[in-house]
Amino acid sequence: MLTAFSLGYLGAGLGAGLAVIGAGMGIGKLAAAAMEGSARQPSAAGDIRTSMIIAAALIEGATLFAIVVTLLLAIAK
Amino acid sequence: MTAATLVTVALSLSLAQYGGSPAPGPEAHGDAPAAAQAVEGHAAPAAPAEEGHAPAEHGAAEAGHGGGHDESLGTVMMHHVADGYVIEYPGICHGELAWNCDVDLKEVFGDRLVFGAIDMTPTKHVVMMWIACAIMLAVIFGSLRRKAVVPKGLYNFVEMLVQFVRNEIAVKNIGARDADRFVPYLLTAFFFILFVNLFGLLPFAGTATANINVTVMLALFTFFITQYAAIRAMGIGGYLAHLTGGVPKSLAPLWVIMIPVEFLGLFTKPFALTVRLFANMVAGHFVILALLGLIFAISAWLAPVSVALALSIFLLELFVAFVQAYIFTMLSSLFIGAGLVHHGDDHGHGEHGHAGSGSGPAHPGSHVAGASPGHG
Repeated sequence: MLTAFSLGYLGAGLGAGLAVIGAGMGIGKLAAAAMEGSARQPSAAGDIRTSMIIAAALIEGATLFAIVVTLLLAIAK
Repeated sequence: MTAATLVTVALSLSLAQYGGSPAPGPEAHGDAPAAAQAVEGHAAPAAPAEEGHAPAEHGAAEAGHGGGHDESLGTVMMHHVADGYVIEYPGICHGELAWNCDVDLKEVFGDRLVFGAIDMTPTKHVVMMWIACAIMLAVIFGSLRRKAVVPKGLYNFVEMLVQFVRNEIAVKNIGARDADRFVPYLLTAFFFILFVNLFGLLPFAGTATANINVTVMLALFTFFITQYAAIRAMGIGGYLAHLTGGVPKSLAPLWVIMIPVEFLGLFTKPFALTVRLFANMVAGHFVILALLGLIFAISAWLAPVSVALALSIFLLELFVAFVQAYIFTMLSSLFIGAGLVHHGDDHGHGEHGHAGSGSGPAHPGSHVAGASPGHG
């Protein structure tokens, strides 16, 4: 039986999965670039790591926007 | 990303509980909060336990305390994160030592703090915020009591943080000339967020930054300071001209598009600040609770795995508490620096040029290029 609630749960599950796909691709590209950068220029590894963490936190923040929406779908009645 | 992944896992598992068999029995409920107690005990093993009570019984009582035995994982999680008037604490109540005392702030204050439509009765998060701020003041002033040229101990740590915020965040994003005007605000925001985040990880405490009202207020401070700094640096005319996005007068019809976009851009920044801090703090608590909830959603035999996972997430949360304080401060100084950039332009690029490693100067740089008359 597809009720409005079950559709909400379905949407929450799909949305959470999509958000993680996006975050995974974002952080993956970021980490690949950062590692390549610090391999080519090991002396800059510290700076690269700092900006990588900042960018990772920003990407994660954007992902968490989506996750909060899915949480609201799943938990709030 | 790891946090996002784990929230997703947790979410799907809490959904699985809805779809599966009816809610587990009360005795199954007893285990998870007991485990929560155990995990949180690692961080601060301070909860005085009443003698002769097994931890499992504590847990069962806690589950019952949450508002009934028939609640689902979702309501337990919401109860843990949501604001309310009831503060739970271990201590002395009803004349004996107990671990699950509670005080209802509505009963304590009654109607004394209700002014017409405005209810000023402090809620749980407000009280937690006060306590966290009191700890913050105690730590900062306590460390300042023993000043020394060669810092050591707590003073050393506080000085390191202060120096980091000034040199690595403020100076790099705002520029050495203007940074010191904004360092007091940035330090306030940094230490406030840091202490409230860390305090929320203690057992029985609440995270005030997991309340969107708190983060909205913090973001509004940054918003108003940014606007004030921009107007002071550029003058009201320059500020309004900035809202055209640098499109020259000869292309005035484009302003119909540019002004709404730039105007909206003013508000997306504080919105992003708000939701980022809020979502990160809520997500961390949800992940820990959901991992512990696995115990009674699936099987009690899962307890070691689930507690180990929850403990590692707890350690991740300690890191996130610092990172979010850093990110909020960094973005605030980035926005302030972006508003000041025209001012800096008049005096040469020297200060901003040195800060080239961050993403900060690059972003306002584009504004400068667009707004300079040469491009008209």
